[in-house]
Amino acid sequence: MRITALADALAEAERDGVSLGEVALRAEADAGLRTRAEVETALARALKVMRGAVDQGLPGGFKSVSGLVGGDAQKMTHPKGPLGGTVFTDAIARALAVQEVNAAMGVIVAAPTAGGAGVLPGVLLGLASHRDVTDEALVRALATAGLIGAVVAVRASLSGAEGGCQAETGAAAGMAAGAGVELLGGSPEEAVHAVALTMQGTLGLVCDPLGGLVEVPCVYRNATGAAMALAGIEMALAGVEFPIPVDEVIDTMGEIGRSMDVRYRETAGGGLAATPTGRKLARERLVQIKGKPKN
Amino acid sequence: MVSLLDIIGPVMVGPSSSHTAGACRIGLFAREMAGGQPETALVELHGSFARTGTGHGTDRAIAGGLLGFPPDDERLRQSLELAEQAGVQLTFENTKLRGEHHPNTARLTLMRDGRKAVVVGSSLGAGRIQITEIDGYGVEVTGAFPALVFVAKDTPGIVASVTGALARQGDNIATLKVSRAKKGGDAIHIYELDRPASEEAMQAIRALSAVRFLRSIPRIA
Repeated sequence: MRITALADALAEAERDGVSLGEVALRAEADAGLRTRAEVETALARALKVMRGAVDQGLPGGFKSVSGLVGGDAQKMTHPKGPLGGTVFTDAIARALAVQEVNAAMGVIVAAPTAGGAGVLPGVLLGLASHRDVTDEALVRALATAGLIGAVVAVRASLSGAEGGCQAETGAAAGMAAGAGVELLGGSPEEAVHAVALTMQGTLGLVCDPLGGLVEVPCVYRNATGAAMALAGIEMALAGVEFPIPVDEVIDTMGEIGRSMDVRYRETAGGGLAATPTGRKLARERLVQIKGKPKN
Repeated sequence: MVSLLDIIGPVMVGPSSSHTAGACRIGLFAREMAGGQPETALVELHGSFARTGTGHGTDRAIAGGLLGFPPDDERLRQSLELAEQAGVQLTFENTKLRGEHHPNTARLTLMRDGRKAVVVGSSLGAGRIQITEIDGYGVEVTGAFPALVFVAKDTPGIVASVTGALARQGDNIATLKVSRAKKGGDAIHIYELDRPASEEAMQAIRALSAVRFLRSIPRIA
């Protein structure tokens, strides 16, 4: 798609009185690689796979290859805290569920990456579990999310190795926030503010996975990413406006990523990966191929 | 240009688009170069593939690709066991490949029907791959297009004969690369096409006396 600034997408949406999701679908069809119907069919399949991952992950029973993660989504289905049973707990549970399935080699939708794949289904399907929303509206929301991610890809990065976790779960949270606002009937302008309000909160987030694997803290960071997105949605729908334009927030994420030390970019050289316990777990649990008989 | 479906996608078996989905695609490409399911495969893992491969299921993803499973096939999880059942003998080793290589790289040496196929491929992120070496020849193939791959004696007129055979069937060429080990020796030819080569074109190319062996590789990524 040709759109490289959310300000341009917002201007088009307001001019034509349509949602950002509609602008995204039009722009994708205009690019000429696929028809609009093909794009909608692919997004509907993505929605189905997201639902499948949530349904597989929520009951628990999945363990990652190392055995370090799995079973936490199930705990969230019997929450003991005061927020139990709200959109908040349901979004967190679904984000954990998808990431636990991912860590156990289940089928997920990379959105935008496999490491950040829990945030978007967490937020959208968490909201859908409390609201009456159609699959068409969810597909449209996925298009909104795709538009936001595409702008982040062009202006900044979607790779933890390039920009830290702010570029993976941070970008996913921004995508989920904008998509969530439109799913709930908010305006394109509110959606754009939700992206800015969410991503300002994930700026600087490092990528520091134990042993370099998509397990700890990735699984939990998808849950907190979903929580960040809900905060952005809540503020934007209440009329809160972030003073820095969203495209400048995205540019800032890219700038921070480029100046981030390599230890904090998926190398397991710093952050939680470099803690005494992080190193110990990586050594003990994340067994490598060397010396391990295969046949 | 970024597509919506690059952002909301691909649908894949986890946990990592580079270490799992991309690794699977390298296996799929190597399987095609072997002309089908290999009898034995030596998989040498380099860089980050060697360091974090087991935890990311890179070994299972490559094995699944060798069995013909795409990146979204849940059988990837059990591919090592399925390979054993299918009689495919797999050996995994960590290695340090000589020269410049992307951190996520594997060298696959496959045997099938008495013929050896060697493929070196890198996973570039988001499931995208680049094949950098085939049977000792340096190449650049992404698997994003159907491709014709063949080794031919270095003689004048080969390209003209092949492009002629393709043109007669209306098979359009997207990219074309020829590289050879030394002057007058064999050269590898890679034609990326808009659609898989027609059987008529394949027969005409196979009939050229300079062409040693020919593979039609479907779109992998």
